[in-house]
Amino acid sequence: MEQKKTFVDRIWDFFTSIKLAIVLFLLISLTSIVGTIIEQRAEPQKNIEILSKLFGSDIAPALYSILDTLQFTDMYHSWWFVSLLMLFATNLIICSLDRLPKVLRIVREEIKPLPEEIFSTLPVKREIFLNKKIDNIKPTLIGALRKHGFNLKEDSSSGQLFSQKGAFSRLGVYITHLSILIILAGALVGIFFGFKGFLNIREGMTYSVAFRGGMNWTHQDEVMVENLITLMNRAKGDIVEAARFMNTTPQELRRTLRYYGIEPLGFEIECRDFEVEFYGNSDMPKEYKSLLVVRDKDRNFDKWIEVNDPLKYKGYTFYQSSYGTWPGVKGVFKFNFIDKNGNVLEKNVSPLEDFELPGGLKAKVVDFSPALAFDETGRPFTYTAQMNNPAALVEFNRKDWSRWVLKRYPQTWQLPDGSALQFVDYWGVQYTGLQVRRDPGVWLVYLGCIIMAIGLYITFFISHKRIWLRLVPEKNGTRVLIGGSVSRNREAFERHIDSIIKEVQ
Amino acid sequence: MTSSQFFGIATILYILAMVAYISYLAFRNNSVGMLATTITVMGFISQTIAFLMRWNDFYHLLEDTGVIKSPLQGIIRAIPVTNLYESLIFFVWCLILAYLVIEWRYRNRSFGAFITPIAGLALAFIEMSGMSKEIQPLVPALQSNWLLAHVVMSFISYSLFAVSFATATMYLITTTDKKNEPAYIFWVITSGLILILLVSMGIDYVIFRVGRPDILFKKGLLLKATFLNENAFISLLSFAGALIILFGIWRYGYLIKHIIQSMNISSELLDEITYKAIAIGFPIFTLGGLIFGAIWADQAWGVYWSWDPKETWSLITWFIYAFYLHSRLLRGWRGRKIAVVASIGFAAVIFTYLGVNLLLSGLHAYGGLK
Ligand code: HEM
Repeated sequence: MEQKKTFVDRIWDFFTSIKLAIVLFLLISLTSIVGTIIEQRAEPQKNIEILSKLFGSDIAPALYSILDTLQFTDMYHSWWFVSLLMLFATNLIICSLDRLPKVLRIVREEIKPLPEEIFSTLPVKREIFLNKKIDNIKPTLIGALRKHGFNLKEDSSSGQLFSQKGAFSRLGVYITHLSILIILAGALVGIFFGFKGFLNIREGMTYSVAFRGGMNWTHQDEVMVENLITLMNRAKGDIVEAARFMNTTPQELRRTLRYYGIEPLGFEIECRDFEVEFYGNSDMPKEYKSLLVVRDKDRNFDKWIEVNDPLKYKGYTFYQSSYGTWPGVKGVFKFNFIDKNGNVLEKNVSPLEDFELPGGLKAKVVDFSPALAFDETGRPFTYTAQMNNPAALVEFNRKDWSRWVLKRYPQTWQLPDGSALQFVDYWGVQYTGLQVRRDPGVWLVYLGCIIMAIGLYITFFISHKRIWLRLVPEKNGTRVLIGGSVSRNREAFERHIDSIIKEVQ
Repeated sequence: MTSSQFFGIATILYILAMVAYISYLAFRNNSVGMLATTITVMGFISQTIAFLMRWNDFYHLLEDTGVIKSPLQGIIRAIPVTNLYESLIFFVWCLILAYLVIEWRYRNRSFGAFITPIAGLALAFIEMSGMSKEIQPLVPALQSNWLLAHVVMSFISYSLFAVSFATATMYLITTTDKKNEPAYIFWVITSGLILILLVSMGIDYVIFRVGRPDILFKKGLLLKATFLNENAFISLLSFAGALIILFGIWRYGYLIKHIIQSMNISSELLDEITYKAIAIGFPIFTLGGLIFGAIWADQAWGVYWSWDPKETWSLITWFIYAFYLHSRLLRGWRGRKIAVVASIGFAAVIFTYLGVNLLLSGLHAYGGLK
């Protein structure tokens, strides 16, 4: 029994030391540095290249395999880094708990009169002489100090006046430390009970699931995943219904979905449109936006999301995070034909499909470029695979009317007879890349952040100030001895006291 | 006059101020000191005008491109701190402001000789690295009100950390005696590196900007006149020169010590200013740099923390300053040891800001100097 206690004591002592904190600060920093050089969760080849640049290609592969074995290639999720953070948290908890009782005592303690010999050792001392009787100056002093937040009390036996303020500021450090733990707790809740994934939806497509990502599916798995997605879509995201289709229980289905990294959303989400807007004629993006439609049992709505303006629904948040062109699909050209009188006719056509326009005009799209430009000789070429400058080569049944029609350039829409073929969109080939998240811990993280801000403010900008006054009657007045102590920023306190003294005199 | 003209004037004045402060320290002539302060204040005013004008220009650009919904939103989002150039300028502005406050509060000009070179270094870097000085419209991710709070607070804290670096270096200079002491060698190297970088960028400037105004610069000329010269001999010579400078500082370091001591600055005061700058910078960095950055990432991308190199380096910086604050509580750690920690903290700040973009981007596939 006796021995066990000393063992616990020893562990306690280990975790109460600031020396451990210092070592942990150092260890976490140093290992993190390695983690910023080695690209995390990247293909081996990439990191071998990086290491070759740094240390030469001879030892790079060997170095890589050492670092990989030590999990530096995914270090922020490695057992040892998480252990370091855990040690850090334990250190913080025990160290704070160890000191808290003492600090609480100081915070709760009433201020008391000081014996003369201690009074003379106070770090801040002032002496003034006022030519009034004690009883007359007391109210003046009390009034002057009250204006500055010090409510003076009098000790009847010693005649000392004293007051303190900001005692709670000694707790600032502990509030700060607590906030770190709250943030860590919030992060853990997010990791264990949340979902972080992605969803790429092509224009016109609907999904009722999202994907965790980073899964290594075999071909067989892929078939299974495809089936599961179809099943969930058929059930409109309703897991009970989907389970009934499959003759299984919702729990079982949920488990299967989780195994494949599929998150059932419980509702449907469609991407109706994706657009990139550019600044003027440049290729500098001004905004990425997607028109998302949510379909739930009792509610349908849509919303344009942008970077910095996500869609939130039922605990899930959908962020605009990337975009791209879906390979191997045909889209729909959306045109507006505007005749000479300004009448507008909408036309949705497939590539190479003949379409009729008023006045016996016939046309078809014979070529498409996602980003058209012309070289010096006037030959058209595609400068990027992204849809930066979509252009359709339209053939007409009139001689010499064939032309490139560019979505971003209205002057290319004009036809020789005064009508215009407005290129609205080549729709159905782009996808919007959504980051999907459900994080039940994020409020804890935010709470922790707020508490940290408050804790740091209290720690660094508020101090525990104590002040004592001794009044010594003299022949034609009173000598006032002022003593004070402060937990931090003594100079500011001295200036404060000097300004009070000025007011009294 | 345009914003960049006012800024050009400010740059010249700051460089002159740096020279004046160093001369003041060397010759201890009060009128030189007065002159230094006057030049700095004039430079500061000029830069403030430049900053406000650019803010205004940027506002009109945003208005013209139609990315803002209200005038207030426009004012918030148009603060010119959206690229490397603008943020470095803002850093210099904060640093000079912080310096002027210190000069006024402590009624002592000798800090100027140690703080203005940091501003000079940033300005020379802007000039020689060939970074874009254009006003650029906001890319989607930057269209957020968090930009203002995040970037402004980060740079205020960076400038306070720069102050603490300067005073920590002064502290080390005044408290070390023996030439083989680690702390002595440490300050010789840190202040030597700054001096060497300043001198070599000065040579860059003279050779490329004054000597060859005919060539158009697209890429950076940083250190191209010396260390990175195409001619291997000149490059070698530069390294030798750098070693000579380091040796000179090492050999005659005590002279700097005598000068600082003759300025009536006690080592306690230096330690106190170092601590104060960090004690104010740390909460501002925590809130503005880390917390607001995380909130912004959370709102834009849905991840408040993703361990990307920039975030991780901010965290490393934060840990080093936490290290500093806590090591003061350890018995026997006051003084030189923690002054070294404070200096390392500022090195981490520089790396968080520049190194991640310049060095790690050479290894990884993301944007460096554009
Ligand atoms: C990054 C995480 C941490 C932060 C941001 C932090 C923050 C702070 C701050 C701001 C102070 C006040 C310093 C001052 O007054 O100058 C402080 C004091 C302190 N910290 Fe931490 N801390 C952290 C981690 C830790 C850990 C892991 C321990 C574990 C030993 C610890 C133990 C202490 C102690 C004992 C004090 C002194 C309290 C006192 O003066 O009564 N801290 N901390």
